[in-house]
Amino acid sequence: MSKKEEHPLKKVCIICSKGTIEDVYAALVMANGAVMEGIETNMFFTFFGLDAITKKTMKKLHTATVGNPAMRMPGGLPFPSVLGIIPGVEAGVSAMMRSQMDKLDIPPVDEFLEMITAGGGEIYACKLAMDMFKLKVEDLSEQVKDVLTVGQFYELSGGENTQIIFT
Amino acid sequence: MEQKNYAGIAIDLNEDGYMVNMDQWNKGIAVELAKEEDIELTDKHFEVLEYIRNKVKSEETLTIRAIGKSGIVDIKGFYQLFPGGPLKKATKIAGVLKPASCV
Repeated sequence: MSKKEEHPLKKVCIICSKGTIEDVYAALVMANGAVMEGIETNMFFTFFGLDAITKKTMKKLHTATVGNPAMRMPGGLPFPSVLGIIPGVEAGVSAMMRSQMDKLDIPPVDEFLEMITAGGGEIYACKLAMDMFKLKVEDLSEQVKDVLTVGQFYELSGGENTQIIFT
Repeated sequence: MEQKNYAGIAIDLNEDGYMVNMDQWNKGIAVELAKEEDIELTDKHFEVLEYIRNKVKSEETLTIRAIGKSGIVDIKGFYQLFPGGPLKKATKIAGVLKPASCV
């Protein structure tokens, strides 16, 4: 770690395509971390990732309690899948995860997006997925700068020492 | 560990150029450290630096979010005071170690 990198990253373009808490936060933490390091940062939300920038859903992201083998009970025992299908369990587990994150000073999604744009990061939505989910620009968070096609996204991703990260 | 002269005092630095001993710090040193980052310190800068030093002294985790809620600057203002890596640069100038924080 002590060696200075010869070609530091200049730009990252982070694509978020899923809408679970862990997928969205992975993208947000990486984007915010890049902004903090002074790296130019673009985020592109597509498919279910759009939930993270849609006003109605952004504060209610869930983590899957069914079909998630890494799920554990508090204490470490495996989480039985049948529990996960009981109404309210997924919401409860998700609320617990959010409160755990809050303790680590990880902000809620809307505040996280604000932090990223305050530092100069830019947030974009995918046009095709918007059409698919019948979303309008008004449905999206004010932090979203624009709705882009894939081609426009690649234009944004040009330049030396740029990385595209897909989550 | 290396040593470098700031404001006429030999200061211990770690390999990333951060001060190892925060008690060696004074405002004159801060001004010179800031110059290396092309930052000219204002009163607002010093308020932030003092805030950071107090947080580190009381061993609290330092995050951009917390600084944004400190009442001294908002997050946008913090980025403007220390452009291109505010937490990294501000901690360096404040004479404390770089925080091991991801947010």
